[in-house]
Amino acid sequence: MRDRAPPALGLSARFRGRLGDFRLDVAFEAPDRGVTALFGPSGCGKTSVLRAIAGLERFAEGYFALGGDVWQEGAAFRPVHRRPIGYVFQEASLFPHLDVRANLDYGRRRALRGGARESTRFDDVVDLLGLSRLLARAPGALSGGERQRVALGRALLTQPRLLLMDEPLSALDRLAKEEIIPYLERLRDSLGLPTLYVSHDIGEVERLADHVVLMAAGRVAAAGPLGEIQSRPDLPLARMPEAAVTLAAEVVAHDPDYDLTTLAAHGARLIAPGAFGPPGSRRRVRIAAPDVALVRDPPRASSILNCPAARVIEAAPRGRGMMTVVLALGAEGEGARILARITRRSWDHLGLGPGQPVFAQIKGVALVSPSAPGEEG
Amino acid sequence: MDWQPVLLTLRLAVTATAILLVLGTPLAWWLARSKARWKEAVAALVALPLVLPPTVLGFYLLILLGPDGPGGWIAGLRGARTLAFTFEALVFASVVASLPFVVQPIRDAFEAIGERPFEVTATLRATPLDAFLTVALPLARPGFLTAAVLGFAHTVGEFGVVLMIGGAVPGETKVLSIAIFQLVEIGEWREAHLLAGGMLAFSFLVILATRLIERRTRRSAR
Repeated sequence: MRDRAPPALGLSARFRGRLGDFRLDVAFEAPDRGVTALFGPSGCGKTSVLRAIAGLERFAEGYFALGGDVWQEGAAFRPVHRRPIGYVFQEASLFPHLDVRANLDYGRRRALRGGARESTRFDDVVDLLGLSRLLARAPGALSGGERQRVALGRALLTQPRLLLMDEPLSALDRLAKEEIIPYLERLRDSLGLPTLYVSHDIGEVERLADHVVLMAAGRVAAAGPLGEIQSRPDLPLARMPEAAVTLAAEVVAHDPDYDLTTLAAHGARLIAPGAFGPPGSRRRVRIAAPDVALVRDPPRASSILNCPAARVIEAAPRGRGMMTVVLALGAEGEGARILARITRRSWDHLGLGPGQPVFAQIKGVALVSPSAPGEEG
Repeated sequence: MDWQPVLLTLRLAVTATAILLVLGTPLAWWLARSKARWKEAVAALVALPLVLPPTVLGFYLLILLGPDGPGGWIAGLRGARTLAFTFEALVFASVVASLPFVVQPIRDAFEAIGERPFEVTATLRATPLDAFLTVALPLARPGFLTAAVLGFAHTVGEFGVVLMIGGAVPGETKVLSIAIFQLVEIGEWREAHLLAGGMLAFSFLVILATRLIERRTRRSAR
């Protein structure tokens, strides 16, 4: 289900140096497709990494290559305006003296003059981001969400080979955020442009990211597919109270009588209330660790719809009373990983341990996004 | 009524303002954007005419342009004895004396733009020169307007420096402020009134016009 092959044509980044008092020392690779989230607490250096990739920051030691095209190595440093990037800043930063159309055209005209192939057309971006009504307006007359959509369109029209987004939603209120996320999802699914997305909001990451580079204190703590990073008990995501795993799933059928949808995930079939689209649709579902209970024997009668077979992979204590258990779905443990949060007493009473076959009673399967992680359109 | 000083003053002010804007813009840009530590020394040098008595400024300009200075040597190439007491000397002196009034508003306007728009232009494939022409200049427009008005008005109103370096050669260096001074000295109060009143009205109208234009641009930017 997930693309686990090492990124042959992916991007490769390595930066080391100081920025004021801050020390950065990172190295990571990411696939050249899908959304890779640079995720971590504020001040961990994720924005600096993004700026270094854009060429806006220059560290003492740096290397960056995208699909074999080296932008920085040793003393060689390609200036920002010659890098095929689209950059979306935290604030839209539109040019106040130009209307929306001229803002959108600013980078596009220069990119095309510089010899870029026009693979992203003006009208397509205007359609994709719903900008047609705004074209003649001044940036000052737009709402925060509209401004950020224009900024996104302006970045896309530079015909980038890599899209860089620095917490593009953090300056927006909740409503504007909800307005923009569907656009970002459409973008990911329709353009297939490799994207680095800086965020400290796990909700955004769950909805948008396929891959995660987890950062802490100027270093990379881990990097890998979203589900893998979410389900590693040694990493902070699995230790959060609201720990959850995001799974790719395909709609199998919808039962209109009970309004239930059956989805096929890797290693298990899941049933969720609601209609998730026609059979074959790829969806992204979320299973929260506190919603998963474990039983040794298949329950005979339960109100809980989902009770797939799984195997215990490992477990880590959480506080004195709780355990975070990593499970692999499927009778042989061949499927996707999920997390369960149970008491240490239950762990001992059930005599659980690595390799043990169990059944995972999943109380809630939530749709997080119209599309599955790790796929394009 | 002798209109020559009025026309001469306008010619001087227009010429000096044009030169001031051409020289002042790159200087202001450098002062606003450079990270060189000695740039404030340059800024202080530019600002000197603000605090120096005009006679001191005029004195050094006279030495610079006079027969024993480099100006005299240049004048020698044209078969003249000195560069002082010419229209060109007035232009040169006006540019020096008014430079801070032009550089400061433009520098402030450039600094007010901040770093971000230039990071944006770079990610949008614009070269630094391109960004300067298409983003820095338009965004700094109010600063240019203020600079032009201050440069123009200060040149029109300059007296001490002009007296030192220009004298009162009719049609060459006898500008309005000098003419008014001479009229008062010989008791021609009626003509002095006319020129002084005209200058008062003119100054008022110029300042009023800039205020109105500034207010309009600010409103349309919103």
